[in-house]
Amino acid sequence: MSAETAVLVMLTVISAATPLLFAALGELVVEKSGVLNLGVEGMMLAGAVAGFAVTVSTGSAVLGIVCAALAGALMALIFGVLTLTLAANQVATGLALTIFGVGLSALLGAGFVGVPVAPLPKLAVPGLSDLAVIGPLLFAHDALVYLSILATAGIGWFLARTRAGMILRAVGESDESAHSIGYNVIRVRYLAVLFGGAMSGLAGAFLSLSHTPMWAEEMTAGRGWIALALVVFSSWRPGRVLLGAYLFGGVTILQLHAQGAGGLGIPAQVLSMLPYLATIAVLTIIAAGPWRGRLDAPACLGKLFRPPT
Amino acid sequence: MPFRIDRRREMSRGLLYLSPVLAVAMTVLTGFALFAALGQDPLPALYHFGISPLTTLYGVSELLVKAAPLITIAVGLAVGFRANVWNIGAEGQLTFGAIAAGVVALNFWGEEGGWILPLMCLAGVLGGMAYAAVPAFLKTRFGVNEILTSLMLTYVAALLLSALVFGPLKDPAGFNFPQSRMFTDSALLPIILAGTRLHFGAVAALMIAVAVWVLMTFTIVGFQLRVLGQAPAAARYAGFHGKRLIWICLLMSGGLAGLAGTFEIAGPIGQLIPAITPGYGFTAIIVAFLGRLHPLGIVLAGLVMALSYIGGENAQVEVGLPQAATGVFQGLLLFFLLASDFLVRYRVRLARRVTE
Repeated sequence: MSAETAVLVMLTVISAATPLLFAALGELVVEKSGVLNLGVEGMMLAGAVAGFAVTVSTGSAVLGIVCAALAGALMALIFGVLTLTLAANQVATGLALTIFGVGLSALLGAGFVGVPVAPLPKLAVPGLSDLAVIGPLLFAHDALVYLSILATAGIGWFLARTRAGMILRAVGESDESAHSIGYNVIRVRYLAVLFGGAMSGLAGAFLSLSHTPMWAEEMTAGRGWIALALVVFSSWRPGRVLLGAYLFGGVTILQLHAQGAGGLGIPAQVLSMLPYLATIAVLTIIAAGPWRGRLDAPACLGKLFRPPT
Repeated sequence: MPFRIDRRREMSRGLLYLSPVLAVAMTVLTGFALFAALGQDPLPALYHFGISPLTTLYGVSELLVKAAPLITIAVGLAVGFRANVWNIGAEGQLTFGAIAAGVVALNFWGEEGGWILPLMCLAGVLGGMAYAAVPAFLKTRFGVNEILTSLMLTYVAALLLSALVFGPLKDPAGFNFPQSRMFTDSALLPIILAGTRLHFGAVAALMIAVAVWVLMTFTIVGFQLRVLGQAPAAARYAGFHGKRLIWICLLMSGGLAGLAGTFEIAGPIGQLIPAITPGYGFTAIIVAFLGRLHPLGIVLAGLVMALSYIGGENAQVEVGLPQAATGVFQGLLLFFLLASDFLVRYRVRLARRVTE
């Protein structure tokens, strides 16, 4: 394989990894606050269709991306009202959010199937993007790819180094004590859930505006669920989410290239199973490995909390 | 605050059964607004969605055809949900069961005998169970979250079915279409109402619901499952085998999903094709909740959700409502149900000013 081909393959890996990274980072923050939102798939679809529709209708990709984040956050707000204010079961509500998101996005996107859109422009860093190999690999992506990397670092810093991040972690580790020393548990969780929704929305926008610039029903194809698995894989650490997202991006691209190369006699469908099977394998290895028991899941993950009135 | 919210000491039984009715009513109201927003006249759209399918015998029979798999699957899922075991991969277990049953049917293609159909059912149940055994094993042995594994396997099952009907199971005389041969008579379910597609699976669904109700109400295992869900600590102290109960939940729901898949291919479809289910495995999750996780409630809820499928198709033909509206309604219904369940557990009153 020539260096140029290798670079092209790497670029597709980055493109496949970025939506996973956005969605998993968002969910990580949500889970750190003690909330399990299984509606990532639905929020991503809402973001994908909103980003696509707004970009096509207004011609502004920036507006499209903003609306995608808003759409994801709006979906997350439904989840927040039900689980945080109305104390509904988080698992059931998350599933409902996904079913709703699949239907709603298909309904809203019906008029946009087959409509072309200009993919997000690549922002080349002057001077650096012309370098051999590392130029195109590091310095010639669209804005969302840069943003996903910045978000990884930003979230890592926020959770580890800031006061607000510490409060968020405290709420996720022990809601009762956080409440008793005066923090507003429900408000913190609302903010985390909304942030998670916005990140899922961005993940969706990247899919419909950059990875495969088009809109199709259920175009997320389970990526929201893979993102949820990545959070477990990362044992709730942003740096490892990045690693996991790129690993999975790699698996996806590997099987696509294998299909393109004639599939070694293996049916295309069997190769397409790889990312899903890899997810199961990774979850098992993480759960069964020697480090098990030190996974650091937030102690209050998925637990119901209502402030005493 | 204008309202006072207190946690009820005990769940309100009345509201527990009223809240699904409330949820359906609110979904209809939202549907009204949604149709208006889509530029449809709401009344005819709602009529075609909710009422006109029930005005003909054929419509009612189709309702039962759609309700049968939903009830069969949801009854199994509800057992797990009660015990906090979240099998959300019924769609995959349905598909895998259908593949197993389909392989049996195609293997004995053209042969006659009353044993073929029972053998298909057995294969379907075992296929569904085997497929659910994967998350069960990973959960009990390594503690892997069953939600994610069962869901991932759903995608795998759909791809496997596609690979089979595009490959080894393709009809040799089928002009290269991705579908198997049509099953022969011995592999097809008897029709129980002439001139319709109503098949034996509808009767079976009802029998299964009653059987599971008996199991949950009158047996030790049923009692243990209920305790496991409501008071996990108590279940541990009482020495219940948590792992065994997880296996039971997953195998039972997987087996029933596999049976539902078998009934689909041996009933309305009559062959293996790439898409054998319009999301029954996922809709059954809503059915389980709407039916209050109770087998007999699920029979009613299955009929309501089946109406959303028939109504969706009907409204598509009659007033051009997009197919996807069905999914929106289903999601909304579950939202409203979860929201109104707040009233089951909490008492909301207007706060009166204290005048002491």
